[in-house]
Amino acid sequence: MTALAFVLAAVLAVGCVVLVALPFLREPEPLSDSLGDLDAEERRRLELLEERDRALAGLKELEFDHRTGTISDEDYRRLVGPLRREAAQALQALERQPAEPPSSEGLVEGRPPPARTFSR
Amino acid sequence: MPELGRAALLVTFGLTLYALGAGAAAAWLGRRRLALSARNALVAAFFSTLVAAVVLVSALVRHDFSFVYVAETTSRELPMPYTVSAFWGGQAGSLLLWLLVLTGFGALAVRLNRRWAGDLIVWVVPVFAAVALFFSFLLVVVANPFETQAAPSDGAGMNPSLQNPYMLAHPPMLYLGYVGLTVPFAFALAALLSGRTDERWLIATRRWTLLAWTALGVGQLLGAHWAYVEVGWGGYYAWDPVENAALMPWLAATAFLHSVMIQEKRGMLRIWNMILVILAFSLSLFGTFLTRSGVVNSIHSFTQSSIGPWFLAFIAVTVGVSLTLLFWRLPLLRSPTRLESPISREAAFLYNNLLLLALCLTILWGVVYPLLSEAVRGESVVLGRSYYDFFLRIFGLPLLLLMGLGPLIAWRRASFRSLATTFRWPTVAALVAGVVLILLGSGSSIPGLVTYTFATFVAATIVIEFARGTRARKALADTSWPGAFSSLIARNRRRYGGYVVHAAIVLLAVGVAGSSAFQTVAPDTKLRPGQSMRVGPYTLDYRRLTQHQGANALEERAQLVVNRDGHRLGTLAAGKNAYAVEQQVSNEVGIRTDWLRMEDLFVIADQIDPNGTVYFRVFVKPLVNLIWVAGFVFVLGSVIALWPDAREQRRLVARSYAVGIPATT
Repeated sequence: MTALAFVLAAVLAVGCVVLVALPFLREPEPLSDSLGDLDAEERRRLELLEERDRALAGLKELEFDHRTGTISDEDYRRLVGPLRREAAQALQALERQPAEPPSSEGLVEGRPPPARTFSR
Repeated sequence: MPELGRAALLVTFGLTLYALGAGAAAAWLGRRRLALSARNALVAAFFSTLVAAVVLVSALVRHDFSFVYVAETTSRELPMPYTVSAFWGGQAGSLLLWLLVLTGFGALAVRLNRRWAGDLIVWVVPVFAAVALFFSFLLVVVANPFETQAAPSDGAGMNPSLQNPYMLAHPPMLYLGYVGLTVPFAFALAALLSGRTDERWLIATRRWTLLAWTALGVGQLLGAHWAYVEVGWGGYYAWDPVENAALMPWLAATAFLHSVMIQEKRGMLRIWNMILVILAFSLSLFGTFLTRSGVVNSIHSFTQSSIGPWFLAFIAVTVGVSLTLLFWRLPLLRSPTRLESPISREAAFLYNNLLLLALCLTILWGVVYPLLSEAVRGESVVLGRSYYDFFLRIFGLPLLLLMGLGPLIAWRRASFRSLATTFRWPTVAALVAGVVLILLGSGSSIPGLVTYTFATFVAATIVIEFARGTRARKALADTSWPGAFSSLIARNRRRYGGYVVHAAIVLLAVGVAGSSAFQTVAPDTKLRPGQSMRVGPYTLDYRRLTQHQGANALEERAQLVVNRDGHRLGTLAAGKNAYAVEQQVSNEVGIRTDWLRMEDLFVIADQIDPNGTVYFRVFVKPLVNLIWVAGFVFVLGSVIALWPDAREQRRLVARSYAVGIPATT
């Protein structure tokens, strides 16, 4: 039993080492080994996309709550303006961003394809 | 094969150490292959821990008493389900379960989020690895489940109170909850470490938090039901330190689940959310420490051990590092928006958060006070039930009311006129319920009456929300009523799943109020066979005492005939089990449930004399079964909210693609 345990333990250890070493075994000499990172422009784009989605989701919820009667006409009229403005501002800011996606330099296998448009 | 178990744990230790070091280096230096290698190490750590777990379960099933752990926690007579449950019944086994779930959750969370949060994941891996390293260190150095000895002929057996079906599920559910809170913690710290404090860490962890929170909630209810039927004192929650240990992280996670919505909708409370995640995780560690260290006296604490100082040191390091990172990243976490009005949904959620946190910290103070008083004054002073009950009413009742108010107030700012319209019918329903209850005699307990009234208010808001929403969907989609109802839920699972969870809390509150504020307690009564006693509307005729040799215990039962208002309802048995191997006796209560009234007749045979005389304690507990029904409703609501949303996933991936976030790790 002890010998079998040692053999199984050795198999386990070797299997784990292979799994851990796999990225280096698969790509011994990769074209690039750096992690893609966001530059300031890409971070700003992410912020704007979040602002846009937040405003649009808020508008959608407000419309539905108004339709159900949870939000009164008075509250709806007061709230819908700022939300529309925020959504429009985020969309305009996104439009002002460079139309081209982030630089493809440094892109590596598995990285998502760049977007072609930022509006929906 | 203890050698295999020991080797597997050593491999896990090495893998988590590597995942921590390599993962941190990869994230810091921006090395892709090294980051992938660290991630693989975390996955491999799960499989090596699984091997160790299989070795231990196999030893338990084979009654291999050469394992010290197996000999200390089981015996040959122990039924097989409890033999398997000994895996988490003892110290080392429960730590192994912690590590197994932790590495499994880590591997899964990393895999599921790699497509749209790859730049966060590189930091998540070392954080997960650090926590896993601590637990693997404990298992290798402090509490090894694979210690061996010359095998005795039989084991010491299991504590009789643990030999209950609820104990098969209660501890694993709590562990799922405790460990599940590591996921939001790891992503929060990864966000701080990487400086990626955008919404993604929140979105990545929302369902994990909900899963952990659900497991903690269900685990506590299972534990409460276990205490109710097994411990035999007539209650289900005694503010025991170990019970509180699970409640505190649940309260912190509840606050987080609400405040996260404010960040998503309004971009506010970013620092607060970080604090809540750190608090919830630290409290989950503290809960494990309380349960496993034996530092407090508790009916749920079955061990005295040496892991306490290690746990305290780890909690201190966790809190210290987390708060340092938080302080470092404060400039990134400042909110661009402010609270516009104290009458708004975000304000209501904020009040809810403050009340939840106040209740959580009050309970924490009650738990640590005996330890502090012993350290300072040399004597342990325990804060009793009245302390906890007082604060539960002070903070819990406004929380209950807010549950009805919050979801119906507009974001940003609501007008008084709008509020009056929105809450007109729920207020009328609550007032009518209050008056009717007073007329029915429920005015004997003011907190109970207030709970019922507030519960009616919340229930009315939930019903109205579902009714209005279904009507609106029907008008929009021109579909049938059932179609509109299912479409309503499917289109906003979080919101309507949340309402179902709120309905569960309403049932829970009514059940707790009914069974505690309005229960009937009979004074201890000594009966000989043939004698009767009366409790509320019930009459109990004690007929005889019976004995039966069970699988591993001698079962002695007092047989009672139960009548209500002159009608015979059936028989009920209450008594004790005498466990030969464990040399212990357990109370086996008799419970008769009236599902129409949701009421229990609860009988304890406190003392059984050799001549057949029995000292009975009897309770009538109105509405107590609503608590257990609430558990099912709670799970239903959580499943609705947890259900994957393909549209949201597509939106997140599209957003990441639009920016070009790397997904390689």
